[in-house]
Amino acid sequence: MTAIEDKIEVAEPPTETGGVAMVLWQTALGIAILFAWQGVSGRLVDNFFISNPLAVGERLYEWISSGSIFLHLWATVYATILGFAIGSLIGAVLGIWLGVSTFASRLLNPYLSALNALPKVALAPLFVLWFGLGIESKIALAAVLVLFLVFLNTFAGVRQVDQDLIDTARLMRATRMQVIAKVILPSTLSWLFAGLRVSVPYALIGAVLGEMIASNRGLGYLVQYSGAQFDTAGVFAVLFVIAVLAMVLNFAVDLVQNRMERWRIVSR
Amino acid sequence: MIEIRHVSKTFRRGDSVVEALRDFNLTIKQGEIVAIIGPSGCGKSTLLNMIAGLYSPSKGRVLYKGTAVTDVNMDVGYMTQKDNLLPWRTVRDNIAFPLELAGLDKAERQTRADAVIKQVGLDGFATRFPTELSGGMRKRACLARMILYGAHTALLDEPFAALDAQLKLVMHDLLLRLAAENGHTVVFVTHDLMEAVTLADRVIVCTHRPAMIALEQEIPLPRPRDVLNVRFTNEFKELYDTLWERLRLEYLEERV
Repeated sequence: MTAIEDKIEVAEPPTETGGVAMVLWQTALGIAILFAWQGVSGRLVDNFFISNPLAVGERLYEWISSGSIFLHLWATVYATILGFAIGSLIGAVLGIWLGVSTFASRLLNPYLSALNALPKVALAPLFVLWFGLGIESKIALAAVLVLFLVFLNTFAGVRQVDQDLIDTARLMRATRMQVIAKVILPSTLSWLFAGLRVSVPYALIGAVLGEMIASNRGLGYLVQYSGAQFDTAGVFAVLFVIAVLAMVLNFAVDLVQNRMERWRIVSR
Repeated sequence: MIEIRHVSKTFRRGDSVVEALRDFNLTIKQGEIVAIIGPSGCGKSTLLNMIAGLYSPSKGRVLYKGTAVTDVNMDVGYMTQKDNLLPWRTVRDNIAFPLELAGLDKAERQTRADAVIKQVGLDGFATRFPTELSGGMRKRACLARMILYGAHTALLDEPFAALDAQLKLVMHDLLLRLAAENGHTVVFVTHDLMEAVTLADRVIVCTHRPAMIALEQEIPLPRPRDVLNVRFTNEFKELYDTLWERLRLEYLEERV
């Protein structure tokens, strides 16, 4: 599913307004929203509900200058990255294994469908029971979200491998392991990468959700805690930090993607 | 050395049963070039797949060098209309692929690949990727790969069907030269009668499905053959007409 989306080339929109001018417009829009927010707050809408940009900025400044935000930020980043790594590794191995083994894939098919249909977030209490309140349960939740996405993409990729290429290799005396390593894996790679790419934001979702459910650190914990304290400014401040983190992760994925690009064209 | 004994093959897909081959008998000698010709969809490709061990016959036996083919036959090279080159490998790495599978070291793979690259006239294209090659060049690469892995038998399933007429002749010349140099047995499936007579020692005309042998014709034209001019000799014309007379009937039946 995602791999197909990934393959569709998105046409560059016509640039009627130049790059620099557009950045100026975007900045202007942002400032206008901030002003409107500040103006509306306390006059039209109660400050309790929407806080105001000055209070949010002040809260951010406090957290950054005291350094307390970095503890939470690091906890979330750590859980995201580790969850992503573990989930994608298991997902890729599972996808390739089930992809090449007709028996295993047919055997496990109903169970995997059921597990996939299950909202993975509902597993959170189980992970807390198994792994405790620490970071391990957050890693597990992030990993499980990533695992299924990567698994499905890899599995689809293995199934798409040209059977004629496999037969050709077999006629050339390739062993089963050689067929997997030299034919199936290389032709699956672009699918695998598509799966990895879309699952990065899900790793973050898993980590933040895990922290919201039961934790004493992390951005998810902080947003939950601020809400419980009726600290609207605090909630907005954490949301801002999460948004920035998500954008940084996306940027990192794009960088890796660009590096892969030349190679991916070849592998198509 | 290839013996096809009373082979029948039926395919079942849901409720429909398709009989591709019925009681087919054919013996192909070592080093012989046999062309199999017949209407499209008559089961010619099925026959090649059974010699390659990719399918097993429903009835009868396929013997290769005296032993029954039960699993993938690793002594044959297979080439179809599709190229089946690995798109992520360069021409050289594609050609050397069978050697890599056999566990030879890199230096030897390169040396031997470069030698056959020269033999098939692909010098200068060793580091290109398959998508950067023309159709004819991809065929050359496939032939090179087949030679390199030391298959004794080449199974060719309309390999040149997508090429233009002139390029076909060039490939015919190359194929005959390579088969003679390497002592290959060649089983060539085609629906181009001109191609069949030009290349083969023996032409087998198949009926439409289920395929049975309608006519077997020896082609006693001398070798080495000049693929450009052999078709204008009287002997060629006589053989062509005899075969066409029988083949025509199959197409007539098909048309009704």
